[in-house]
Amino acid sequence: MTEPSGILIQQALLYGESQVDIRISHGVITEIGADLEPRGEEITPAHGRVALPAFVDLHTHLREPGREDAETIRTGSQAAALGGFSAVFAMANTAPVADTAGVVEQVFRLGQEAGYVDVFPIGAVTVGLAGERLAEMGAMANSAAHVRVFSDDGNCVSDPLLMRRALEYVKTFGGVIAQHAQEPRLTEGAQMNEGELSGLLGLTGWPAVAEESIIARDILLASHVKSRLHVCHVSTAGSVELIKWAKSHGINVTAEVTPHHLLLTEDLVRNYDPVYKVNPPLRTNADVMALRKGLAEGTIDIVATDHAPHPHESKDCEWNYAAFGMLGLETALGAVTLAMRDQVGWNWHTLAQRMSITPANIGQAHEHGRPLEVGEIANIVLIDPIAERIIDPNKFASISRNSPYASMSLPTVVTDLIRRGQFIVRGGELCA
Amino acid sequence: MKHLVSVADLTKTEAIRILDTAMQLDQVTEHGAKKLPTLRGRTVVNLFYEDSTRTRLSFELAAKRLSADVITFSAKGSSVSKGESLKDTALTLQAMGADAVIIRHFASGAAHQMAHTGWIKAHIINAGDGTHEHPTQALLDAYTIRRHLAPHRQDFEGLTVGIVGDVLHSRVARSNIGLLSALGAKVIVVGPPTLMPVGVEEWPCEIRYQLDDSLPELDAIMMLRVQQERMNGSFFPSVEEYSREYGLNRIRASRLPDHAVVMHPGPMNRGVEITAEVADGHRSVITEQVANGVIVRMAVLYLLIGGGAHD
Amino acid sequence: MSTHVPASPQQRVVADQSDIARALRRIAHEIVENLKGSTDLVLLGIPSRGVPLAQRIAFNIADIEGTSVPVGSLDVTLFRDDLRIRPAKALARTELPIGGIDGKTVVLVDDVLYSGRTIRAALDALNEFGRPKAVQLAVLVDRGHRELPIRADYVGKNLPTSHVEKVSVEISEIDEFDQVVIRES
Repeated sequence: MTEPSGILIQQALLYGESQVDIRISHGVITEIGADLEPRGEEITPAHGRVALPAFVDLHTHLREPGREDAETIRTGSQAAALGGFSAVFAMANTAPVADTAGVVEQVFRLGQEAGYVDVFPIGAVTVGLAGERLAEMGAMANSAAHVRVFSDDGNCVSDPLLMRRALEYVKTFGGVIAQHAQEPRLTEGAQMNEGELSGLLGLTGWPAVAEESIIARDILLASHVKSRLHVCHVSTAGSVELIKWAKSHGINVTAEVTPHHLLLTEDLVRNYDPVYKVNPPLRTNADVMALRKGLAEGTIDIVATDHAPHPHESKDCEWNYAAFGMLGLETALGAVTLAMRDQVGWNWHTLAQRMSITPANIGQAHEHGRPLEVGEIANIVLIDPIAERIIDPNKFASISRNSPYASMSLPTVVTDLIRRGQFIVRGGELCA
Repeated sequence: MKHLVSVADLTKTEAIRILDTAMQLDQVTEHGAKKLPTLRGRTVVNLFYEDSTRTRLSFELAAKRLSADVITFSAKGSSVSKGESLKDTALTLQAMGADAVIIRHFASGAAHQMAHTGWIKAHIINAGDGTHEHPTQALLDAYTIRRHLAPHRQDFEGLTVGIVGDVLHSRVARSNIGLLSALGAKVIVVGPPTLMPVGVEEWPCEIRYQLDDSLPELDAIMMLRVQQERMNGSFFPSVEEYSREYGLNRIRASRLPDHAVVMHPGPMNRGVEITAEVADGHRSVITEQVANGVIVRMAVLYLLIGGGAHD
Repeated sequence: MSTHVPASPQQRVVADQSDIARALRRIAHEIVENLKGSTDLVLLGIPSRGVPLAQRIAFNIADIEGTSVPVGSLDVTLFRDDLRIRPAKALARTELPIGGIDGKTVVLVDDVLYSGRTIRAALDALNEFGRPKAVQLAVLVDRGHRELPIRADYVGKNLPTSHVEKVSVEISEIDEFDQVVIRES
């Protein structure tokens, strides 16, 4: 994959605005300007394509170790690259759980070996995600994987005292707790958003308050112990309000929303197709509208995919038995664009902010999410802003097929991904 | 009508057609024809993931009276209890040439999936899925109400039906509310707020938390079964309190209008939601509901698989 | 209200109200003559138009004999052998007269005799409901093309037709006026 003489991107639209050439040499952006003279680089004509800092996903499930039948670090990395990501944060709910330095180092190393994107492991907050005692977060932070984000995602750190301790403890190394906000007692057996529809379908409801009560509590805890809280996959209008309130009071909280919560509503559950079964559940149209507004305004800081691969059997069954989760990496840009393009204030700069710059900051992935400027490391995504793509999960790099967008037409196509000055994706295909 | 999964699948006309067909079948049966050749050569499968002897027998009898071949595939002692997926079972039944599959399942939506995922071509009849629907129960209840309260009418305009108890977990309640309201009846749902689903106020029924005041308005009262597993939970403080507030006893029954009928989908918890005295009393049509169940299920089977392919 | 539809090239009236009345009167006479009275006679109309025809024949017999003849209705849908050809159709009423059919002479009454399959189904149905002493058949129109060894004992009108034609018996109880029409299909 080495291109020793560098890359010259010609006529790209920088953040969708001015048309420029971008010269990349030794992994770094060396020149940006009109009509740059080629100096023996690989020339990439990019007329009409948008150049952005490559995306960063703060919330991905790569399933390795443990469920390599659903995804591996290698296939997940490929999916991420095709989605325009140069870095992903891999959630800790693997088997074994990423709750020790050994596991996180293994995940990090496998990511490097795969070589498509940087895989940053997220460490578990509690041992075995059991919510009983803190995992060795210090050891993970000091390991070769330099873990800075900790989460029991899939489970909520529901014990308030344990959550308080976790928030306090990560201050040691400037970490952040990414909370999966789900009050367990209020969601026992829950299957879908609680509302009129859950009643009609006879599926156990998952009330918004189960998410919001945890967020409210954690905001107050973060404020009290002066630590950093990140809220995973915000899904309700009420959650957006709470985060807005926290930010207005100077509390150090960030939040993410998934592409599917920006685009899809609970109405899709009507046919009991488990591909739409996800945690947190798809909500109402009013929630979707509030999430879009929150993301556009910056109340919600970032988009994170919550890419959750599952083998076919886990979805081709009764709703109650089906696994929670949907794929997201390869469709993130299209879904976000479709959901957000009509929002006031939404442009390529906002997209870069929400999908690259801020997630890199939250995760402290310092080489990623950098502005496209001379001297910066060249992590660049090129996007065809006009093309549309009919989603065919059978063509995914991911091992799994559980995409809610199958057969849908999504706008924009990621054509190229350059990571540290090297092509990872060229012309929509992975480089060998 | 290809499947019967939910009462929402039925237009009012289709619902009335089922009730009319049941009435004609009732007449035929009354004249002594116990066995009709109508479904000769058709294969009907009873696929029961959840125990329900009475519903299974009712369907079985209905199919046999129409001369269909009936196979029972129950969770106990077959591959469905050994972890075979619903999909594989569907594919198996498809390969065996089932014309209709009657499915009872503890997962809401299982019947819908059988009908709409393309696993199997057979006609699907929902015999109760989780806490979702039990459409043939609603049809037999409507038929029972028609026979007693509206024998010469098609719709139920002007009738008021009370449904009392655990609406949250009751597929019988969901199907009945949908069907009875579609037929024009006013439905009043009574129960403790803990046993009402969120959003119930949007349903085509009136919600009340007190039983006593409603009694004089009701032409029919349907008592829902209190499931054993709810009794130990925190849905209501105690069985005694539930019984005191929502149980139908002789005193409450006496406040019903003279013509009113008392219904229960069975099996009853005598002494909990209904006293033995009322269950066996002169207003009770509970055993008649059982008889009507066979007739209505015959009607559904005839209409679904009695004819040739639909366009 | 309805007006009499004039005959058109596609539609030909082959019997009018008085023709039908005469035919039914004659059938009534023949039944009484054949059975030597009307004792133990039961008329069973096959819905939908066989039922009012049976009632009219009963009225005629009452007029002739001064006795009332029990009339019932026998829906044969559930007994048909050609159910699979089309979607399941609504059932009509089956109503046997009080006193039943055991030991009685049952005269089945239908509007048109064609393939004979309806009558075969009716015979099967009768089997389920009891054991008549004898079963006979009265039809207003026999249009031929039998597919089974079945013939009518009493025929109002023999009407040679082709398969592509459609014979409709219309009677005022259902159709608001009496006539027999042949249409090209």
